[in-house]
Amino acid sequence: MASNFALFPERASTIAGEVDALYLFLVAVSGFFAVLIATLVVVFAVKYRRRSEDERPPAIHGSLALELAWTIIPFGLAMVMFFWGAKVYLALAVPPPNAMEVFVVGKQWMWKLQHLEGKREINELHVPVGQPIKLTMTSEDVIHSFYVPAFRIKQDAIPGRYTTAWFEASKTGTYHLFCAEYCGTEHAKMIGRIVVMEPAEYQAWLSAAATTAVAAVPATKPEDQQAAMVTAGAELFQKLGCVSCHRAQAGALGPTLANLFGHTVSLQDGSTVVADEDYIRESILNPQAKIVAGYQPIMPTFKGLVNEEQLMQLIAYIKSGKAGTETP
Amino acid sequence: MASTGSVAYSHAHVHHQFDDAEQQYSAAVLGMWAFLIQEIMFFGGLFLAYAIYRSTYPEAFAHASHHLDVTLGAFNTAVLIASSLTMALAVHAAQTGHRAQLVLFLFLTLALGSTFLGVKVVEYSHKWHEGLVPGLQWRVDAPDARQQLIFFSLYFAMTGMHALHMVVGAIGLIVLLLFSLQGKYSAEYNTPVEMFGLYWHFVDIVWIFLFPLLYLFAHH
Amino acid sequence: MDSGEVRTNYLNAEYGLLSWLVTRDHKRIAILYLISVTIMFAIGGLFAAAVRLELLTPRGDLLAADTYNKMFSMHGIIMVFFFLLPAIPATLGNFLIPMMIGARDLAFPRINLLSWYLYVVGALFTLYAMVTGGVDTGWTFYTPFSTSASNTNVVPTAIGIFINGFSGILTGLNFIVTIHRMRAPGLTWFRLPLFVWAHYATSLIQVLGTPVLAITLVMVALERAFHFGIFDPNYGGDPLLFQHLFWFYSHPAVYIMILPAMGVISELVTCFSRKSIFGYSFVALSSVAIAVLGFLVWAHHMFVTGMSVYAAMIFSFISFGVAIPSAVKVFNWTATLYRGSVSYSAPMLYALGFIGLFTIGGLTGLFLATLGVDVHVTDTYFVVAHFHYVMVGGTIMAYLGGLHFWWPKITGRLYPEIWARISAAIVFLGFNLTFFPQFILGYLGMPRRYHVYPDEFQVLNVLSTAGSSILGVGYLLPFVYLAWSMRYGEQASPNPWGATGLEWETPSPPPTENFEKTPVVTRPAYAYDLEEVPVG
Repeated sequence: MASNFALFPERASTIAGEVDALYLFLVAVSGFFAVLIATLVVVFAVKYRRRSEDERPPAIHGSLALELAWTIIPFGLAMVMFFWGAKVYLALAVPPPNAMEVFVVGKQWMWKLQHLEGKREINELHVPVGQPIKLTMTSEDVIHSFYVPAFRIKQDAIPGRYTTAWFEASKTGTYHLFCAEYCGTEHAKMIGRIVVMEPAEYQAWLSAAATTAVAAVPATKPEDQQAAMVTAGAELFQKLGCVSCHRAQAGALGPTLANLFGHTVSLQDGSTVVADEDYIRESILNPQAKIVAGYQPIMPTFKGLVNEEQLMQLIAYIKSGKAGTETP
Repeated sequence: MASTGSVAYSHAHVHHQFDDAEQQYSAAVLGMWAFLIQEIMFFGGLFLAYAIYRSTYPEAFAHASHHLDVTLGAFNTAVLIASSLTMALAVHAAQTGHRAQLVLFLFLTLALGSTFLGVKVVEYSHKWHEGLVPGLQWRVDAPDARQQLIFFSLYFAMTGMHALHMVVGAIGLIVLLLFSLQGKYSAEYNTPVEMFGLYWHFVDIVWIFLFPLLYLFAHH
Repeated sequence: MDSGEVRTNYLNAEYGLLSWLVTRDHKRIAILYLISVTIMFAIGGLFAAAVRLELLTPRGDLLAADTYNKMFSMHGIIMVFFFLLPAIPATLGNFLIPMMIGARDLAFPRINLLSWYLYVVGALFTLYAMVTGGVDTGWTFYTPFSTSASNTNVVPTAIGIFINGFSGILTGLNFIVTIHRMRAPGLTWFRLPLFVWAHYATSLIQVLGTPVLAITLVMVALERAFHFGIFDPNYGGDPLLFQHLFWFYSHPAVYIMILPAMGVISELVTCFSRKSIFGYSFVALSSVAIAVLGFLVWAHHMFVTGMSVYAAMIFSFISFGVAIPSAVKVFNWTATLYRGSVSYSAPMLYALGFIGLFTIGGLTGLFLATLGVDVHVTDTYFVVAHFHYVMVGGTIMAYLGGLHFWWPKITGRLYPEIWARISAAIVFLGFNLTFFPQFILGYLGMPRRYHVYPDEFQVLNVLSTAGSSILGVGYLLPFVYLAWSMRYGEQASPNPWGATGLEWETPSPPPTENFEKTPVVTRPAYAYDLEEVPVG
């Protein structure tokens, strides 16, 4: 990193090798065609150079066979690129089910990251090596883009909605985190680092963090840590009064949220929607948009009352499946 | 291309770049249609935005639509359809060389177009007093006020762009009126009147789409 | 043709500034455009120089962050909207299309003049915005940055681009009607020069695409000036809708920039090989195919916005589709050289340079169409390098090649050949040194629009800046010797290159009416084998 010259980026995620293989295939194919064209142009230009001003070379109007050949062969190669590219893109798009969740909020001009365990970081993300990490991100203001070249991942963080990306670091070390979507004055300084650690080291870092953040919880077990963000969500759920309507009992004014996440919800207008992060977010900020069948549109908006990070805590709580089942 | 010499029309109005009146006329027609296709793409951007947000926020759009005055909208629709009729009659008068009729129908079209714009001003001022103008005068207090704001943003952008086209049309009508009073148009040469007619009908048709999408949507 | 006595031509038909400002002669309007786009190119070039100088070192020592952001934004806005889009169509296209089809003028000369005035007014608006504080949104105006976060002159800039858009629309409309309605007797569609085909395809995009950009900028301006809510997520609006609308125009706009360049190259390659184009109908129809498919690929700029995987696949697939007609053109130009009589005149050097650079530009486009790789390289210097290879390596090379080729026709004078060859070589060299390192930077992960950057990117950035200084010299040279040649250049004959095409059958410079008598066409384009070419 100290050097001021490099030719190829570091490869530090499980997907990086696949992206590089595809990239090198593209380099090879394009290199072949670039050299082919350049050679033909130079050879023809030299071999058939004008030797006298009276030259009148005979016309060659074309060749259907050649036209077909140089349409079909490039098309075939393009299709290989297309399918291979789509395969890698799919792999990049779908996180494995055992992925550990990290929430990302971009704002001018910093990255705010929060582990499910509750630990918060700014412009820095510590992760264990060999563990898939799922990033759920949004933005507080303009569009940003979460870019880690060493992992070959990039995902826009867009205000008003959630986007996701995932990676599994394959090598310990420190890697660049860039904002790749132009976002104003300090765009170039909206950078940070991803610190990939051995799992044990990561646990140590996490518990050190936990002891400073949440007072003394000796030898925190992972399950307890998992709960931190959920706990914060549960507190908000009480504090904001969500629980007064969204209770898991008959006659409640709002639908129960217990075990809601990932299930299909029937709406007033007869349509259905799958309860994902975006749906929950919308229902908190714009409750009139989708009314659950059998309920009145009486919920007020919480826009301005909860910030992006608190929204993510509420969502974590609802995802835990326990929302509204506990008493304070 | 028609060769020179086989032309039945007078050459008085043929510009130097054209061989004959027929070529000049066919160029004008193609040019006007290309222009109208451009106009469709222009309004298309707004219609697309409308379609997307209407399908995303159907309830809010219905609530917002209730604030529009269907009576005034329907009146304006009738006014515009009538103006299309008078415009078509003006084109016919020009083609048959009836100058007095041409002047009359152009004037009626202008009067109807101005009526439309006048009603639009009344509507806009109602919206202003009711606090329905996004950003400038916005006083909607409803749970879905934010999404209603999108509706009114689109309402003003769409009807505003349409009204701008009406103003341009009115100026065009005044120019045509002056020229036809000077006797510039005849049965032989009336292309500007005919081309302007195409523009005027296009602007009417845009309104024919805007009226149900914006005003009637909540009432179906 | 008659040497000695002064012949009346479009340049000396009338004198005085006013005679130029109210002219309806397409050739004079082309000259007005030539002067205006050259000025804008110089201004855009100065901004580029500021950007490259800043990037010499990793720290932001030369410019403040805000200043740098304005520099790259204004570089992009000026170069795209006020140079690259009009460069070839409004100058060479305006000058040549009526002559190539044997017409006395475009169908609507007054509208043609109006186009130029709209261009000037749009440019003045944009320059005003820049002088009074500049704009820092990038040329892409992404919301919500442009509507709510930026503190700069977004609205005047948008108005300038809006007005300029109608200049382009009217030029396109004029070309379409002219090509349809005003061809000389015997000039069937498949006898048209490929330059005309390319401009026809370009005009279709101008007329169909530009209005969408115009209305999108209206929405941005309304949202910014009056706090309307169309793209604003605070009201439930979707900032990505802006990107869809913007790229629906701005991806086809890339083809507005490159198709006319391809048309120029078809003229140059045939003339300087003295051969008919290989596969005429494939080259002609590939222009139309590019124009049509170009409208269906816009979302390939948005693969990392979180769009649905299936939508991404469709846009990736069509993007590969649009690459094929471009490849077909390159193969056909190359095949045209085969068994030709290849001259190394300066315009041909530019054309051969174009083929090389456009090939690299096109092939690297495949990387961006490939979903899995695009995720890594989009919004990095890889993209910057790619589009500069297409638009600068492609469009500007062709523009300069075409300008040299038709210079004798436009001015009646020959340019100094040796200087022209030197400048072609310098441009080619400087260009590659400037932009090739940026591909490597991009794959390394350097994001675009960065004012400061990590140390390991420095050497490649220094190379790039060094190259840009060479490129600058390469662009300055033609400016000097072409200006010189207007006064001191050798008198040009009507057809100094021995080229086919109706524009060479009339004196240099042509008379106002282009032709004394409407020509009658009996041959296909590029019938170099049939022609008894009058040499010299």
